[in-house]
Amino acid sequence: MTSTERTDVLVVGSGFGGAIAAYHLAAGGAKVVVLERGPWLQSKDFDHDFKLGSSYTRAFDFVVGDGMSILGGNCVGGGSVVYFAAMPRAPRYVFERHGSIGRRMWPSAVSRDTLNPWYDRVEESIPIHQQDWNDVSYAGGLWAAACNHAGRTANPVPVAIDTTKCTNCNWMMAGCRFDAKQSLLFTYLPAALAHGAEIRPLHEVQKISRTDDGGYRVHYDHIDAEDYRIRHGSGTIDAKVIVLAAGAGATPVILQRSEATLGEMPRAVGRYFSGNGERLNTAILNEDKVRDVLGLERGDGLAYEANQIGKGPVVASWDKLDGSLPEYSRFSLEQLYFPPGLGTILAQVPGHPGVSWFGKDKKEILKRWRSWLIIFQMTEDDNEGVFGAPPAHGNADRLSQQMLGVGPLKYDPTPNTLRGWAEADAEVKDILERDGLAEVAAWTNDVVGAYTVHPLASCRIGDDPATSALDDRNELRGHPGIFVTDGASVPGALNVNPAMTIAALAERAVPGIVEAARMRGVEVTYGAPAPDGAVSGRRGVLPLVPALLRH
Amino acid sequence: MTIEAWADTIVPGEKRSPDDRAVAGVSTGGGAVAAGALELLEWDATGLSEALGSLASALNDHTVVYAGEHGLDLDETVPPFVALDFDHRTAMVRRLTTPGHPEKPLWVSLALFCNMAFDSAAHMHTADAIAQGHPGLIAMGIERPDPDGFWRFPKYSYGRPLARLHPDTTPSGSPA
Repeated sequence: MTSTERTDVLVVGSGFGGAIAAYHLAAGGAKVVVLERGPWLQSKDFDHDFKLGSSYTRAFDFVVGDGMSILGGNCVGGGSVVYFAAMPRAPRYVFERHGSIGRRMWPSAVSRDTLNPWYDRVEESIPIHQQDWNDVSYAGGLWAAACNHAGRTANPVPVAIDTTKCTNCNWMMAGCRFDAKQSLLFTYLPAALAHGAEIRPLHEVQKISRTDDGGYRVHYDHIDAEDYRIRHGSGTIDAKVIVLAAGAGATPVILQRSEATLGEMPRAVGRYFSGNGERLNTAILNEDKVRDVLGLERGDGLAYEANQIGKGPVVASWDKLDGSLPEYSRFSLEQLYFPPGLGTILAQVPGHPGVSWFGKDKKEILKRWRSWLIIFQMTEDDNEGVFGAPPAHGNADRLSQQMLGVGPLKYDPTPNTLRGWAEADAEVKDILERDGLAEVAAWTNDVVGAYTVHPLASCRIGDDPATSALDDRNELRGHPGIFVTDGASVPGALNVNPAMTIAALAERAVPGIVEAARMRGVEVTYGAPAPDGAVSGRRGVLPLVPALLRH
Repeated sequence: MTIEAWADTIVPGEKRSPDDRAVAGVSTGGGAVAAGALELLEWDATGLSEALGSLASALNDHTVVYAGEHGLDLDETVPPFVALDFDHRTAMVRRLTTPGHPEKPLWVSLALFCNMAFDSAAHMHTADAIAQGHPGLIAMGIERPDPDGFWRFPKYSYGRPLARLHPDTTPSGSPA
């Protein structure tokens, strides 16, 4: 007779949504197990190396869909390990969006005002640095100067980076070797471990079923540490409460696959996916014009030629984050570094009339790579992504040993989304092609579809059961005791980097998860301080907690 | 030779010798082939190594159809795709990777790794590739790392205000 392993709370995924829930539940007294499909990498594992098999490919997942590809984290700490650590709050009007459903997409209980105390809680838990101009890299400075030249404003963005440790190596996507990035590996996760939570890497959850005692059973596969195509057996764990935070590209797939055992899923599971309206442009700078028009000099005889130098996004233009503009005409434009490989294949040749992502002319612009400036657009899309039938395992049919796979997402951009992209493209051109500063071309959508690093909304919160899979406390409709706390829960595009909002919503979901665990006999309480013991964030949210409880 | 010709269409280079047929020779300096596209593709980590033979066959089959459509007489001493000139090879890549082509994902993957061989030398340690004069990384002007193999840029900023801040910025630096 075999005994099944049991825990109070099983958390699927260790990114923002998983780590935050795991910390609070463990700190409150629950037995917590976190299953993470990726490896557990430490600082010494973060390579500066593009070779397949380095941390650059181990920590990532690139899933090609039909019309949209998703780049996501695949390691303990999830997106927080590989992201660029930009942590702005979402603008106020975002919470009033109607999107494709003709009514407010966000639950009535959530607005910028009601989310602010939860944002504060995150800001106390993750050191967030308000960059000044001395922190701004050449690329960010160039973008700011170009915006200024065109009569626009530009802001250094708030980041979860200890700039005293940052070497501006631009290897953030491979994890931070120098411990400058304040990922979850330094904040919520060690605090969760200190309170007894267990984190198990290379455990990929496949589906959930019910147990005879009213709980849930989670079914997982062991993934090979080097070749993720290889599986080494499987296992199950029983839990009273499930927190799903596998990422917006995986959470709905797990639920779809579980439908046979759990029963019918809400209609919105695997629908309403948003790529955060994301799109990229590459500008190729005229170095003489950078010097002559913008007056920029590095001090070493160069005006720019600094594509390789810096850190993630440092400067954004927020002029179009204007609630008085019509929906789909609002966006932010952020300077961003993408390394070679992922950051070059989709770039097109400015002014080229035809297909130019490969070939002779493309090679010529690669030779000018040092003078590239990549501008990241976060527009408002129409939540038009839909997941098809789940693959045999995980969230994709893996092609390569790591990183590359083909997934079931289908994304056919609506005229609204296309219009937003066109307006953002025009704005970038207007700023950067002014006075011959640069030539600009958008990345092609014809190779791997559109491309997002911030997948959202595939299992979202809302008030309307027809268009939201979760209630306004992140609990899966019709399946009490299952909560979703990752980017899938965010109702739609945010016009800014979403990590801060995902984290705030996860913080906000915790009281309800604690209550659900208590109702199932788990001795757990809500009210842990920030991971470092600070308490002002807790003080700020306590008045909001009663409204988040059902009983 | 067929896969080499494909790689050379993605990132073209100069001929390795006067009788080089795979490399069309439309560009100066090394292209994807010299950058190691075949070494990368033949590594099973890519997931394409076992399929290369059938991809080459399929590419040549498609080429025969294409040549028929365009009335091209192909040199039969080399594989059909290799027999195409650069412009026709380019048209073939475009056809196979265009949205809606049923085999598009395969051909896009093949192109992706050819591109990666050139711009990231994904079959080599990056520091080694630069030290050995990798044609792609050198052409792009990628800086050398410090002696310990890590990159650091002590000079990274213009170090002065370069724009007005948005008027609706909160004290913590977010949009209002």
